[in-house]
Amino acid sequence: MEVTTTELTRCDLIKAIGRVNSQTAPQLEDAFEALQNQGRHNFVFDMSQVDFISSAGLRVMIHVQKTCKENDRGELVLASVPARVHETLDLAGFVPLFQIYDTVVQAVGSF
Amino acid sequence: MTQSSKPSEVSRIFPARFDSLADICVFVTQRAEVAGFGPRAVYAVQVAVDEACSNIIEHAYGSEGPTGVRRPLDTRTQPDKGAQTIECTCRIKRDRLIIQLHDHGRPFDPATVPKPDLEADLSERHAGGLGVYFIQQLMDAVQFESVPGQGNTLTLIKCRTPPNLGGNSRPEPA
Repeated sequence: MEVTTTELTRCDLIKAIGRVNSQTAPQLEDAFEALQNQGRHNFVFDMSQVDFISSAGLRVMIHVQKTCKENDRGELVLASVPARVHETLDLAGFVPLFQIYDTVVQAVGSF
Repeated sequence: MTQSSKPSEVSRIFPARFDSLADICVFVTQRAEVAGFGPRAVYAVQVAVDEACSNIIEHAYGSEGPTGVRRPLDTRTQPDKGAQTIECTCRIKRDRLIIQLHDHGRPFDPATVPKPDLEADLSERHAGGLGVYFIQQLMDAVQFESVPGQGNTLTLIKCRTPPNLGGNSRPEPA
């Protein structure tokens, strides 16, 4: 898995490419935490090229969302979620916990 | 990695490490495709096996936690500390794929893991238990057996067509 982060004016764009599972989830968590440690709490997670996600990846997402929403500091929103990944989010009951946008542009525009 | 094969049964042994998950996924994907599964069922097998193997690595062997913390092994249940492996056997039987994951760690029965609360508010939401929940939801049958001295075997059964819920809905034993 590869993770890239892009600082935008009103939010940060985090993009993961590949498989997010127990092996790679710590790498994703590190990317979010590095930004949170800089006081940045508005995130767009571009999932367009996530072709697999396990509960380890979901654990990172829920942890980041909780941290973002503490004291209304910010929010993690999702963009371009592939159908299979969306099914996994749905199975976990995660869909109501995240704003999900069809495109990155829409997600960035929500901030 | 070792391999043995019969026409409908293939077995491989992987090191019980998170960096084996990708290889295990390739292996079970290939077997699911040979069994004639469509993309959705193949993905279900990938998720279930990834979760099951992650649990074996994390809970049975206790050697690689999500935070990288290494915990000592219980030598009563794993006399051979060197044998930290997962043996994955895939058997194709008519319309079903039977996956057996064998380890020599501490017994970790998925049935003992409480179902996660999928409707809790964000502040109350925990991701613990999701992996086992996924396995149970995505597979048609899940069986766990632990034999002292011989290790643990988790059997996952996925049918190519969903079992008939109106009649004999449970797949035959592996």
